[in-house]
Amino acid sequence: MEDGHAAVAAVFRAEHGRAVATLARLLGDLGLAEEAVQDAFVVALERWPVDGTPPSPGGWIVTTARRRAIDRFRRESTRQARHAEALLLHAPDEPEEVGAVRDDRLRLLFTCCHPALAVPARVALTLRLLGGLETDEIARAFLVPEATLAQRLVRAKKKIRDAGIPYRVPSEAELPDRLPAVLAVVYLVFNEGYSAGTGEALVRTDLCEEAVRLARVLAELMPDEPEVVGLLALLLLLHSRRAARTDAGGRLVLLPDQDRSRWDAALVAEGQALVRACLRRGAPGPYQLQAAVNAVHSDAATAAETDWRQVVALYDHLLALQPGPVVALNRAVAVAEVDGPAAGLALVDELDLGAYAPFHVTRAELLHRAGRPGEAVEAFDAALGLTTNEVEREHLRRRRSEVGGPA
Amino acid sequence: MKQYLLSVIHAWDAPVPPEEEMLAAFARVDAYNTELQEAGAWVFAGGLHPPTSATVVRPQGGDVLVTDGPFAETKEQLGGFWVIKAEDLDAALGWAKKGALACDGAVEVRPFQDEAED
Repeated sequence: MEDGHAAVAAVFRAEHGRAVATLARLLGDLGLAEEAVQDAFVVALERWPVDGTPPSPGGWIVTTARRRAIDRFRRESTRQARHAEALLLHAPDEPEEVGAVRDDRLRLLFTCCHPALAVPARVALTLRLLGGLETDEIARAFLVPEATLAQRLVRAKKKIRDAGIPYRVPSEAELPDRLPAVLAVVYLVFNEGYSAGTGEALVRTDLCEEAVRLARVLAELMPDEPEVVGLLALLLLLHSRRAARTDAGGRLVLLPDQDRSRWDAALVAEGQALVRACLRRGAPGPYQLQAAVNAVHSDAATAAETDWRQVVALYDHLLALQPGPVVALNRAVAVAEVDGPAAGLALVDELDLGAYAPFHVTRAELLHRAGRPGEAVEAFDAALGLTTNEVEREHLRRRRSEVGGPA
Repeated sequence: MKQYLLSVIHAWDAPVPPEEEMLAAFARVDAYNTELQEAGAWVFAGGLHPPTSATVVRPQGGDVLVTDGPFAETKEQLGGFWVIKAEDLDAALGWAKKGALACDGAVEVRPFQDEAED
């Protein structure tokens, strides 16, 4: 019995996006599609533990969802229901060719990430419809009340229907405008997991894994878009370090101090191969460059062996593409490794980032290395005043006392 | 096809631009209107007199109260609008983008409740 339930749960996570996407194409309505797929999983929970898991669970879910939707429309027998029933009965199983891509999940992803929806709604819709996450799981991850998140989802689905947001993959010409919104949502999901905003745990592995899975789907569906591959490479390289980012006591371990033997070698190798493959296309964008920076770190057997000159060169390129104080801050860290802490500090002090905790952390570490402990302690205090994650706070308190002696 | 209302939001307290700028904007809007009509997307459009010309009639105790001026006392008010036919929101946003650039003002896009059957 328990095995049957576990099988349904695993299929739910893996197949939810595909099933909702297929039903949405057949029905032309996301809300109806989601209900039909939900119905099918309820049937699966009753049947699979008794009959065994079917050979093609995803196909079984889609077929069952389709039958349940037809049953539901027959019961309702309104004009709209009859129209939907006719669509379901006559629609071909194979999607029509749309531009260069034909996967229903891609249409669903572009619909969920439409620029006419607010960013939090895009994230929630993507995790719910494509990732198959439950409303309460998404609400917990983003620290909003479940009722707020449920409301957000209802409102977004209503806007998609009422405003006529199309369920389609943008044409090649529109792609440059629309793809960044999709990539940003996946990256946002990963970052929320990688550095949890508040709370006890530093990493929310489930969100990171969901983002990696979404990035894999995107890269599988759009292998010719270098930034898509770049994003996947970036996420794989960051995710490969998850085991080394905290010590046995749950304390934060920074990149230079991490035990590199605990990095996931398979993910590192995959990420590096992807970085090389996409950079060869000669169209480096922000995700590819960030992936390349992380590939340089992953190349070094020890922190001391890091090729910092290459990191500086990559940040120069990134800064030209995407000028901004956060990129400049990261570049300053690399410059400090090449030219010394004073050179790094000079760059950091030019930045207007007083409300950004990592700015103060970077200043603190550079001041410490430049032999200015009093100012370093002040900078750690400024960082502590802006940090809400408990693991990060504990790290900052520890560094503050190491650098400045007992407070 | 769906129908969308494209509302031009105008800041009525902003200084009136020089005449040649006004004439250039009128010419751009004329060209845009022609483009809408030639594409078969045109339903109806119009520019409005300033909100000071507005009068509000509201129900009160079985009768109505008539007051001078616009309903909402904000600086930014409806300046004019287009009603268009479009396949979906992306197509409507495409027209809104051209309209916003033509009249050099923010354009709000809202779908009509009833879909036109054509």
